[in-house]
Amino acid sequence: MKIHEFQAKELMAARGIPVPHGEMVTTVAEAMAAVAPLVEAAGNPVVAVKSQIHAGGRGKGHFAEYPELGGVNVVLDGIEGGLEATKRRVGELAGRMLGSTLVTVQTGPEGKKVNRLYIEQGIDIDRELYLSIVLDRSSSKNIVMASTEGGTEIEVVAEETPEKILKAEIDPGLGLLDFQARELAFGLGLEGAALKNGVRFIKALSEAAVELDTDLIEINPLVVAKDGSVLALDGKMSFEANALYRHPEVQDMRDLSEENAAEIEASGYGISFIKLDGTIGCMVNGAGLAMATMDIIKYVGGEPANFLDVGGGAEKDQVTAAFKIITRDPNVKGIFVNIFGGIMKCDTIAQGIVDAVAEVGLAMPLVVRLEGTNVDLGKQILDESGLNILSAADMKDGAQKILEATQA
Amino acid sequence: MSVLVNKDTKVIVQGMGKTGRFHTDRAIAYGTQMVGAVHPSRAGQTELFEGETDHSGVPGRGDSYNLELPIFRTVKEAVAATGATVSVVYVPPPFAADAIMEAADAGLELIVCITEGIPVTDMVKAKSYLGYHSSRLVGPNCPGVITPRECKIGIMPGYIHEAGRIGVVSRSGTLTYEAVHQLTQVGLGQTTAIGIGGDPVNGTDFIDCLRMFNEDPATEGVIMIGEIGGTAEEEAAAWISGHMTKPVAGFIAGSTAPAGKRMGHAGAIISGGKGTAADKITALEEAGVTIAPTPTDMGAAMLEAMDR
Repeated sequence: MKIHEFQAKELMAARGIPVPHGEMVTTVAEAMAAVAPLVEAAGNPVVAVKSQIHAGGRGKGHFAEYPELGGVNVVLDGIEGGLEATKRRVGELAGRMLGSTLVTVQTGPEGKKVNRLYIEQGIDIDRELYLSIVLDRSSSKNIVMASTEGGTEIEVVAEETPEKILKAEIDPGLGLLDFQARELAFGLGLEGAALKNGVRFIKALSEAAVELDTDLIEINPLVVAKDGSVLALDGKMSFEANALYRHPEVQDMRDLSEENAAEIEASGYGISFIKLDGTIGCMVNGAGLAMATMDIIKYVGGEPANFLDVGGGAEKDQVTAAFKIITRDPNVKGIFVNIFGGIMKCDTIAQGIVDAVAEVGLAMPLVVRLEGTNVDLGKQILDESGLNILSAADMKDGAQKILEATQA
Repeated sequence: MSVLVNKDTKVIVQGMGKTGRFHTDRAIAYGTQMVGAVHPSRAGQTELFEGETDHSGVPGRGDSYNLELPIFRTVKEAVAATGATVSVVYVPPPFAADAIMEAADAGLELIVCITEGIPVTDMVKAKSYLGYHSSRLVGPNCPGVITPRECKIGIMPGYIHEAGRIGVVSRSGTLTYEAVHQLTQVGLGQTTAIGIGGDPVNGTDFIDCLRMFNEDPATEGVIMIGEIGGTAEEEAAAWISGHMTKPVAGFIAGSTAPAGKRMGHAGAIISGGKGTAADKITALEEAGVTIAPTPTDMGAAMLEAMDR
């Protein structure tokens, strides 16, 4: 689960991890009202107006409605014009940014609507660094990654100058040890007050990662200010779905408006669904088989409209819900059901299909491939239903049949 | 011969809820030697299993079974009383990592964890704990381990399997069934089929299984089924190049998966441009693995690899 930057900073601040002062706003009036207290508290006339969406690359992104306007704007007007000039400019920016569509490398061409802004104090930056905590699958441990190349994409650094990425494993029992945090801080070239603050920051962040069950914490950039303080100028956090049950405060941060409505509905039925751009809807049991079904549709020359795993113990309700979700996509021209019944019996699935079609109707071709437990019973139910269902001998046969049917 | 489990393997079960009970019943019907269950609050009781024998399983049995499975408080007590060497874990996600560690502390040789949805942090701890115990973990979030006609541990349908010549190792559940079904259809059968699970942190990996199959005299070839995410397939490819003496076929799911999206399994995600199907297929092909172009061709790919 992803959260916004302002929420990540809230979680960090609550754990003593230094972040700049800021205020989340949803209207122009709130944006303007946020300025004075921030400037006063920070003693710095500069503020930043930052779009809050669940996607990276905001700084380099642009609004569809205002191509010259980026997703993150630093307001310098206050340096000469004073507080009123800052407020005016923030109000102007907020008026254009709120409700507009931000397109970044991570949003896709359709972009994301900006519903929230974060107004943040300016920082006198000395250096920009990179810090993240992520699971390393090879060692089965969380690792801290740090780099002097802050502000740039870490994938690029990893590709071009891998020696500039420092790593330390977090021991699952002991946590990140003091000397490891020191080594990382030395490696980042920190000295004096910044060294002390950096060590403290790295330790606290590693503790937060374990405590909060994060998938990823990424601070890019981590900044060293001119006064030697070390702060998270940006903050990205995502959480591991399996552990959310023990973090109600994080669950409350979920922003459903940032997620796909069909995917949310599907998850309510225990269905794992991801919308794609093709025309052939798929309903499959098992994640691996669902991916393989998409692959085989593509292999025969079609385009899958979705990934859909109905789960291992699906019953009629799941099948009906899956049908509704698939057919709601206006791009879908046909459906391929591919079931290898193990625990799930083919007759249960077949009955689910028949009932679902009776309930939601079927205005497009349907190809069903059944294999596994009670397969003959399942096929019999489909045959006797009187519905226009094409039966497939195997996956490839099914993929070809649905492709032909949708092209006819 | 086979790997990990055979007709003499004695198995206990941790987790006697609806799922655990259902699959314990299926295992007993198949002929697996289930010898006990662990339940902290039901110790001293027994759980009754009765029904019709699954004749696709261990041969030479009657048409029905009737078994009073004893329940123990702890894994240690269950092991002491039954001599079990394997535990299968169906404990719900919040408690599953603890169940794995309890089984490891009791000295079991093999722990098969079926549970899906265990927090990664818990598995990171359990994996670290296993580092100083001798137990082997298979899973979590996997269908289990089966040696056809001898021992079925997990949730796979028994009847699609047939005793034979091929070792199967897979990150995916239903895709394993697909592979097993095709191997049975083409007449190759299986020595042992191992589901290693779809989570980012798991016990046994591809290389462990490849090594076991390479050393097993009965196994003549191996099929490995991978998916997007992580680098386990690439690491397996490197090991195959250096060590594998038997033919290997493979399939990788997720060629069409979009980046940054978790495809059902926690571990199946392309992140930062890493873990794509194309990278994995290239690595495996370079290591001499025969890749099935589609999931319908897995049996054919295995036959082709055997003929090479």
